[in-house]
Amino acid sequence: MELERQDYDVVVVGAGGAGLRAAIEAHASGARTAVVCKSLLGKAHTVMAEGGIAAAMGNTWPDDNWRVHFRDTMRGGKMLNHWRMAQLHAQEAPDRVRELEDWGALFDRTADGLISQRDFGGHRYARLAHVGDRTGLELIRTLQQRTVALGIDVYMECTVTRLLTGPDGVTGAFGYWRESGRFVAWRAPSVVLATGGIGKSYKVTSNSWEYTGDGHSLALQAGATLVNMEFVQFHPTGMVWPPSVRGILVTESVRGDGGVLKNSAGNRFMFDYIPDFFRKETAETEDEADRWYEDKKNNRRPPELLPRDEVARAINSEVKAGRGTPHGGVFLDIASRRSAEYIRKRLPSMYHQFRELAEVDITAEAMEVGPTCHYVMGGVEVDPDTEAARVPGLFAAGEVAGGMHGSNRLGGNSLSDLLVFGRRAGLAAAEHALMRSGRSELPDDALADAARAALAPFDREGGENPYTVQHDLQQTMHDLVGIIRTEKEMLEALERIGELKERVANLSVEGHRQYNPGWHLALDLPHMLLVGECIARAALERQESRGGHTRDDFPATDAEWARTNLVCSLAGDGSVALTRQPLPVMPAELAEIFEESA
Amino acid sequence: MSYDATFRVWRGDASGGDLQTFTVEVNEGEVVLDVVHRLQATQAGDLAVRWNCKAGKCGSCSAEINGRPLLMCMTRMSTFGEAETVTVTPLRTFPVIRDLVTDVSFNYEQAARIPAFAPQARDADGNHRMQQVDVERSQEFRKCIECWLCQDTCHVIRDHEDNKAAFSGPRFLIRLAELDMHPLDVTDRRDVAQDEFGLGYCNITKCCSEVCPEGIHLTDNGIIPLKERVVDRRFDPLTFLGATIRRRRRGD
Repeated sequence: MELERQDYDVVVVGAGGAGLRAAIEAHASGARTAVVCKSLLGKAHTVMAEGGIAAAMGNTWPDDNWRVHFRDTMRGGKMLNHWRMAQLHAQEAPDRVRELEDWGALFDRTADGLISQRDFGGHRYARLAHVGDRTGLELIRTLQQRTVALGIDVYMECTVTRLLTGPDGVTGAFGYWRESGRFVAWRAPSVVLATGGIGKSYKVTSNSWEYTGDGHSLALQAGATLVNMEFVQFHPTGMVWPPSVRGILVTESVRGDGGVLKNSAGNRFMFDYIPDFFRKETAETEDEADRWYEDKKNNRRPPELLPRDEVARAINSEVKAGRGTPHGGVFLDIASRRSAEYIRKRLPSMYHQFRELAEVDITAEAMEVGPTCHYVMGGVEVDPDTEAARVPGLFAAGEVAGGMHGSNRLGGNSLSDLLVFGRRAGLAAAEHALMRSGRSELPDDALADAARAALAPFDREGGENPYTVQHDLQQTMHDLVGIIRTEKEMLEALERIGELKERVANLSVEGHRQYNPGWHLALDLPHMLLVGECIARAALERQESRGGHTRDDFPATDAEWARTNLVCSLAGDGSVALTRQPLPVMPAELAEIFEESA
Repeated sequence: MSYDATFRVWRGDASGGDLQTFTVEVNEGEVVLDVVHRLQATQAGDLAVRWNCKAGKCGSCSAEINGRPLLMCMTRMSTFGEAETVTVTPLRTFPVIRDLVTDVSFNYEQAARIPAFAPQARDADGNHRMQQVDVERSQEFRKCIECWLCQDTCHVIRDHEDNKAAFSGPRFLIRLAELDMHPLDVTDRRDVAQDEFGLGYCNITKCCSEVCPEGIHLTDNGIIPLKERVVDRRFDPLTFLGATIRRRRRGD
């Protein structure tokens, strides 16, 4: 077998914000570090993030501090977040943002010349460091340029298909070059997964093709566990028209900067959907809501800026009740509330996106928006301080890791998550590698088996086309494990996933190994199915509604489930096993933050 | 609302290839990338194409559509007549790998040669202070999504492969301009811009600005000011003398 072999201390899988930040830190810690990514460098999904990086820097509201950010994050996640992750995140995010400036990032400024911060859903104060509505691009470019300046090795357009493990944990990884189809194996005692999310398993999504849940799946197969997989975030505002752009993200900044949601009758319906949990901190009248943008001390937040799960459910209900727009969404209106100049300045990408793709001028008319699969809260169960998974030498950071966001993530907390935990994962991975003396050989049979599995779709003749199977999976997850769930539908979903597994085992691809997207998809599909199964099984088990998991048959939150996490692992026969695990208990000095007045 | 369009797509690899003709369904609101994806799903499962965000933010799906450098995800089918044949070919400036995918490693090599950002020290309270008006000059260039359409259209490297050794292309000239205008950066890159990145090769035909999907004024706001700064340095007698003397000392 033709095989390229490489040796490193740390191999980082994924080159989005978390992966690059991890690689930078591992390199700085003295580890020989490689980044492996499926796309070209700088194209990872982080580039799509628009709104900003949440960090309690207090540049616009001096009362802001990590304790307020911590509280907002935990409440946004309906208290299911791992308290330690939420604490570290809130404490360290400001330093991670400042550090980006030392690497060349140019954030928008306040009048005093500090980093400007904008309002976002669920955040008490204006807190998101931003660059117009293209913050993700700034983040990825800054980290990309830093990675290049440090001379870190990057394997671009290279896909990892297996993690390799031995008795002492991780020994390396196996994958293929997309360009040539040739195989490559990395020998490394530490692997950091930073592969992002799972959205491509859904029909309507803001996610790119890369979001196949491959990191989640690789971790499971290597013996690690996943936590909170039932919690999938449907962003309230995706484009709904024309059909080909359905799901493309419309940033929450539109609402943060003054935009409001209206139904077909022209009502600001969010006032009808304020849950008791957030009633004390949410405005009761439109006047109060409008005053809040300028005076946060004496007014409460507009209900349009409730956490995303609340807003997405409300939009879903309005459309179901027949008060939707002609194309099945609701109206998002900033045109009647802010000047055209302000809108173009603050939301240049949105202006451009709607003008080019929908022929809508957002400075003159309302947008049509609806929920779109955006983010998975669930992911690899990790130690909060080191991001170590249950398999020694395996680390996970960013969207592929679980716990930080509980049942629902606040906008802006993802980019900060990438930076805070990417850095911690890189540091811990380097320490783990440097502690290990000597390298484990990669056994030939494991490498041969990985190669055989990767080439299997070429050996089968006359099988099904992978694109058809992918389409059916996306339809299944959309229809049966979507924003509103019932037991009956999820049982049906599991049955269909079982059938899809058989179809995947029999599909075949045309052509040869050189840059062949059909083959690549055939290798992604088993990951998508495994993750789909985890989501469906966990969602079936959790008989309550909380955050990004809404059960039509169990619409209320449940006190017992408030103390329980669901953990997925892979059983010996390849099936997904679920265990209930008590939530870690928050220490008293943090718990008292929630006693303080809202 | 739907109709059948005629698409001609270049298929092949480094050893050669040709345009293949397809008849393919087109629906309301679709962009060229949607149609290419439909070809993949129904007629050509191994058709090689790069894409990611499908919203004009990542710069992956660059190609030449009816001869024009464009992002496939931002080119609406409604800009063509229903009877019009749509021809999609790979970027001509870069070697083909397969079908619509080209080897753009030239760009990554240029990026690695850029003298890195070097910031001045932070203020005593740990912050950097900059005015909005000052950051906006460099922010314009940081909007770049690295789609390489400017590199593709620039005749200096599009038509003259041998110039690639001396000229990095417009993308990297505006990268140098961005760093040059960065309020915090302390490195002077004027000499390398001229001597190592081939600033002088640009004869400001502004083709790059015309194809930029982000609307960056590469020539007017980036390359011309950079040229002016280089000229200032080289023709200012004091600067010239200082630079010359320093060089001599190093050479001793």
